[in-house]
Amino acid sequence: MMTRLYRELLKIRRAEEEVARAYPTDRIKSPVHLSIGQEAVSVGICWALNPDDIVYGTYRGHALYLARGGDLREMVAELYGKLTGCTRGKGGSMHLIAPERGVMGMSAVVGTTIANAVGHAYAMKVRRQEAIVASFFGDGATEEGVFAESLNFAALKKLPVLFVCENNGYAIHTAQAKRQGSLDLCAKASAFGVPGRSIDGSDIEAIISTARETVNEVRSGQGPRFLEVRTYRWREHVGPNTDFALGYRSEDECSSWIANDVLPRVAARLDQDERRAIEAEVEAEIADAFAFAEASPFPPASELVRDVYKEEAPCCN
Amino acid sequence: MLQLTTPTRTDECEKASGVCQHPGKSDAPALLAERTLSYVEAIREATAQEMARDASVVLFGLDVDDPKAIQGTTKGLVERFGPERVFGTPLSEDAMTGAAIGMALAGLRPIHVHIRMDFLLLAINQLVNVAAKTRYMYGGRASVPLVVRAMIGKSWGQGAQHSQGLHSYFMHVPGIKVAAPSTPHDAKGCLIAAIRDDDPVLFVDHRMCHFQTGPVPEAAYEVLPGKARITVPGDDITIVGISYMQTECLRAAHYLSDVGVRAEVIDPIWLAPLDIDTICDSVERTGRLLVVDTAWTNCGASAEIVARVAERLSGLRDLRLARFGFAPTTCPTSPTLEEMFYPNARTVATQARDLVEGRAMGWIPLERPDLKSIEFKGPF
Ligand SMILES: Cc1ncc(C[n+]2csc(CCOP(=O)(O)OP(=O)(O)O)c2C)c(N)n1
Ligand SMILES: [Mg+2]
Repeated sequence: MMTRLYRELLKIRRAEEEVARAYPTDRIKSPVHLSIGQEAVSVGICWALNPDDIVYGTYRGHALYLARGGDLREMVAELYGKLTGCTRGKGGSMHLIAPERGVMGMSAVVGTTIANAVGHAYAMKVRRQEAIVASFFGDGATEEGVFAESLNFAALKKLPVLFVCENNGYAIHTAQAKRQGSLDLCAKASAFGVPGRSIDGSDIEAIISTARETVNEVRSGQGPRFLEVRTYRWREHVGPNTDFALGYRSEDECSSWIANDVLPRVAARLDQDERRAIEAEVEAEIADAFAFAEASPFPPASELVRDVYKEEAPCCN
Repeated sequence: MLQLTTPTRTDECEKASGVCQHPGKSDAPALLAERTLSYVEAIREATAQEMARDASVVLFGLDVDDPKAIQGTTKGLVERFGPERVFGTPLSEDAMTGAAIGMALAGLRPIHVHIRMDFLLLAINQLVNVAAKTRYMYGGRASVPLVVRAMIGKSWGQGAQHSQGLHSYFMHVPGIKVAAPSTPHDAKGCLIAAIRDDDPVLFVDHRMCHFQTGPVPEAAYEVLPGKARITVPGDDITIVGISYMQTECLRAAHYLSDVGVRAEVIDPIWLAPLDIDTICDSVERTGRLLVVDTAWTNCGASAEIVARVAERLSGLRDLRLARFGFAPTTCPTSPTLEEMFYPNARTVATQARDLVEGRAMGWIPLERPDLKSIEFKGPF
């Protein structure tokens, strides 16, 4: 287990570090919202999911996409705006999708996919499918009306959906306490009839074991569940850098999370050779993905109007 | 040499001739010696002056009080006016719009800011069903003096959900006014007019307009609803450029003048109410109209302007009318596709010349370095 865990966590961390490193070259001409520091949430929750389960996420979605086994080459190519990207250069970093891995999309409009996940769960229930849906979103998203409305409906219909709130303490530069009258997200969920639990995002084993229990409850038809995972974003809200100079948070606050980073603690449980082998594999995979993205073509002009509708419309305007 | 009549755009003026003439027709005071401000500073100054003048003006929206302060447009305002009158909101556009309406009903003059116009879609119920309707459906017994500021994003892979120009949604609905100024001068004047207006106003500030600089008088003034401005006089074709497209149209006028086409460029400034008279007077002279929008053309502001001109002038003279805007597709992030998605000065020039000649000329001007669009790096 530790081997695979290290591999997954490391791959996401290193891939995003490479994105950050490549960013100043202007090859990636679009916004990137990095998950560096938050990888354990996606990896830990997805650990408890089955291959046919479904996830929905947000613009901060590289980690979720990769944790579900989304193709790294296609992700990097997408960031580069290339035809070989997972959305053919149409959606960019904020709209990754990998239906073959149950990754059903990510939205740049906060909160929107929560309701989409609920609808997906409803459809699965109607179609008597066994799979469940996990809906990932941030602490800020819980302030949108769609959060309340979605939880209510999910509870009403006892839908097989797991709500996962990645609480990194901030929405852009504004702390949760400056935005919410009550910080108890689980209490809010339970007020709608969705039992909730809060987990320390630095404790990968706690995430996995809690996710397993909770997923079992959802899968066995007990209705929706809510998980708050307390985590921390190390980099700026959007872009490759740190942002302590802005003054909305302190570097000390971040340091304590970095000191509790999951990655070295998982690494420490592997033997040296095993660890080195994984690291070499991951580096090779990442180098390959960036080379693939660099070498891939940009979309041709014909792509501009392709896929607005199923068939190319004879005339749109 | 192309003559520009707008006094409000130093960068474009300098490009043209080094001489900016004041048309006298504009409501802008004369000005070569005026202070120069950026669009961002103009918005901030308008807000601050109105807040200082009128204690009922309040300002809020997601991130208006954060370190980046909506590209600086709200910088320093919380320090100056306090957190009761200036505050960041939760991520709750729908409820905060409804609350803004309630504040307005109670006598405040709220300014609600959205860093992307796309997020207005979460607020549209309150705006269309309540704000726009209130005065009429309550028989004139209540009013909603609300300003909604919303920014259109462009550049650096904004993509499907951070790039939309949805102003025509609101032009469609009686009871709400829409301003889309393109210069610092008009940004200040329109915002002040909007704040003082007793009806709801959508104030559209395009992200690319933020980089404009130009003369802005220090004292407060209003650029009132329903008055367009001729920014370049000409006889061959009328080009109406909406919001940021005004800047691209001014650049296009230079390309056109290089090949002997004298374009008349109009900035509508306000889209609702719309100064159709100024546009029609111009088209009556030129017989040709190209409307360029920072939005799709389908059912858009450009469609509305073309329709009104056609209704008024068809039968009276020969007309050639065309619209130009976003490609009829979702905004892609790939730079090669994004480039094709948006009109720019050169493609506007192509469209305009084809309209003048009445056929596709296969001409696209070589890019002049002095007429390049502003590019910027980074997400916002
Ligand atoms: C409806 C909507 N409002 C505002 C925004 C601008 N915005 C983008 S990300 C963000 C913060 C979201 O915070 P959170 O949900 O905690 O997610 P995080 O970015 O921390 O992962 C905001 C306000 C948006 N994209 N959509
Ligand atoms: Mg957050």
